[in-house]
Amino acid sequence: MAKIQALEGVEPVTMIDAPARLDYTFTAGRATSRFLKGLEKKKLLGERSAATGKVYIPPRGADPVAGVPTDEQVEVADCGTVTSFCVVNVKFYGQAMECPYVCALVLLDGADVAMFGLIQEMPYEDVHPGLRVEAVWVDDNELSTTLENIKYFRPTGQEDAPLETYKEHV
Amino acid sequence: MRDVAVVSFAQSEHARALPGVNEVEMLMPVIGQVRDQIGLDKSRVGFTCSGSTDYLAGQAFSFVMTLDGIGAWPPISESHVEMDAAWALYEAWVKLQMGEIDVAMVYGYSKTSPGDLPDVLTRQLDPYCYAPLWPDSVSLAALQAQALLDTGSTSEREWAEIASRSRASAKNNPNAQLKGDFDPDVILADEYLVAPLRKHDCPPITDGAAAIILAADDTARELSKRPAWIRGLEHRIDAQSLGVRDLVNVKSLQLAGSAAGVSTGKIDFAELHAPFTYQEVLAKRALGLGADVQINPSGGALAANPMMAAGLVRIGEAADRIMAGEGDRAVATATQGACMQQNLVCVLEGE
Amino acid sequence: MANTNSSDGEVLSAPLTIEYPFRRSTGPILGAFFTGLREGVVVGVKRSDGSVLVPPSEYDPDTAEALDDLVEVGQAGKVTTWAWVVKPREKHPLDRPFAWALIQLDGADTAMLHIVDAGSKDRMKTGMRVALQWADERVGHINDIKCFVPEG
Repeated sequence: MAKIQALEGVEPVTMIDAPARLDYTFTAGRATSRFLKGLEKKKLLGERSAATGKVYIPPRGADPVAGVPTDEQVEVADCGTVTSFCVVNVKFYGQAMECPYVCALVLLDGADVAMFGLIQEMPYEDVHPGLRVEAVWVDDNELSTTLENIKYFRPTGQEDAPLETYKEHV
Repeated sequence: MRDVAVVSFAQSEHARALPGVNEVEMLMPVIGQVRDQIGLDKSRVGFTCSGSTDYLAGQAFSFVMTLDGIGAWPPISESHVEMDAAWALYEAWVKLQMGEIDVAMVYGYSKTSPGDLPDVLTRQLDPYCYAPLWPDSVSLAALQAQALLDTGSTSEREWAEIASRSRASAKNNPNAQLKGDFDPDVILADEYLVAPLRKHDCPPITDGAAAIILAADDTARELSKRPAWIRGLEHRIDAQSLGVRDLVNVKSLQLAGSAAGVSTGKIDFAELHAPFTYQEVLAKRALGLGADVQINPSGGALAANPMMAAGLVRIGEAADRIMAGEGDRAVATATQGACMQQNLVCVLEGE
Repeated sequence: MANTNSSDGEVLSAPLTIEYPFRRSTGPILGAFFTGLREGVVVGVKRSDGSVLVPPSEYDPDTAEALDDLVEVGQAGKVTTWAWVVKPREKHPLDRPFAWALIQLDGADTAMLHIVDAGSKDRMKTGMRVALQWADERVGHINDIKCFVPEG
């Protein structure tokens, strides 16, 4: 750089700002739209595959085992069994919860795949696989077509589910 | 080298927007059709490779979600390219050459309708000196088009005729998006979009998907009465910066065409991935195709241009014609990047 | 999510904005280019055959040879190709009609992408001379060049 006078003795540029913003109109597709519209009525609508008999929730319209469409809608319960969980202690940008909190996979009764949810109303160190939990919904006047309708899951107080009822999922 | 052929091809309806379906739902019927029309059980597919990019629909890891649509559990052997699926076909062809499998499936798809495609495509450019200026895809194509015009070897009239011919050919293509009779004199009177390009010089913006089954040797003969054998397959890339490239001689396409053996026999027809009219002029020159070669009987990318699939569609359309006995030897191309930066050439033959 | 007017009338849609707040390392060669822009000079890099790349790259695009022989080039040059934008897009650098152009600066052997604020398409011609206009505030970014304008 020595021979370019204007560059001598000046602070060199080492970084550039290159922000980008892209705007989209996201469409959910048929199966996910049916699921979201069910949530507005406090219904959890999965979809059953004719090929394997499995009920997927949230549904994307496909059976990932058979690679065929799912089109039979099946209402599953808003309670189920914790199959796995983690305690979040790391803060990150955009975080809605205060640390520590518990994220879990919940196998809803009637579903064949576990769904993501938060566990509240109990000490985080007491969360464990097999724990029976139920959904806590927002107030009826706040219901809309969003998974945020379920604020979190809380323990039902029932006995733990036996391992054989969820061992495929751990 | 093993003999590898295209034995099945399927594509979705191509449209400006398919808002009624997500990407999985758009893809699934195509995957079903490409397998079912040759009676292929999915368990026989030894390798699956797809082409897509998350930027188009703004859907992170969409290629993982679309795997749900092909039946990927228990886990299958698969791969993905952030490119037109013609390059996924190249990867699958290499896998077949390795001799470990006999059947491969390739697919590509995009939903561009959720976003603003010309803006989104700026994100593939040099992030320091190009992308911050947001030069959209039509503007960059127009720079190449003007450079070609300046050579005096083509004309805006010739481009209008290419648009007119392509969209007339597409009338026979039930999957095409933009088709019909357009008088070159009439469309040439339109205003410029980005001079020297008018709207008719540009491809439509398309939601769509396509899939191909490849098979080797006797498996190909079992699955198709007349497989479309891949006799040459090569891809090359030019430098990224437009300022260091010869924009009017597409070297990567010349080299790929030469390596694929385009000129070693008579070509009956060509499916050229030339999304902009003037690019057909450049592609024909780079491949040395004469006036006797029928170009884009399907209508080409000017009739439907699903990003990440339109190159694969060219190979599929050419293969379908070979399999139907409508020709014996064809060339198909795929192009990627601004101003035809990267090019793939596939030579197909029937027996 | 809102109902989308689709053929089956049952699909939801919602606005989605994705922002990439990237800060990118320049490395020493592009760093010198951007430092130059901030200081009001244009910097290229010389290849072993003596030709000069602008913008500079860390490598020879033909031979992949590493390059670091930085040189200053001129602030005017010729348009090697151009495209006239009739209706600028929202993210374009100008909100009135302008030309994209590849511009080969005096002393450079390759062309750089930027815009020409020519007012009218009739003033644009391949081979025309254009001069660089600096932005009022410069930070070491490609936008330190406001635009190019026809010379004379």
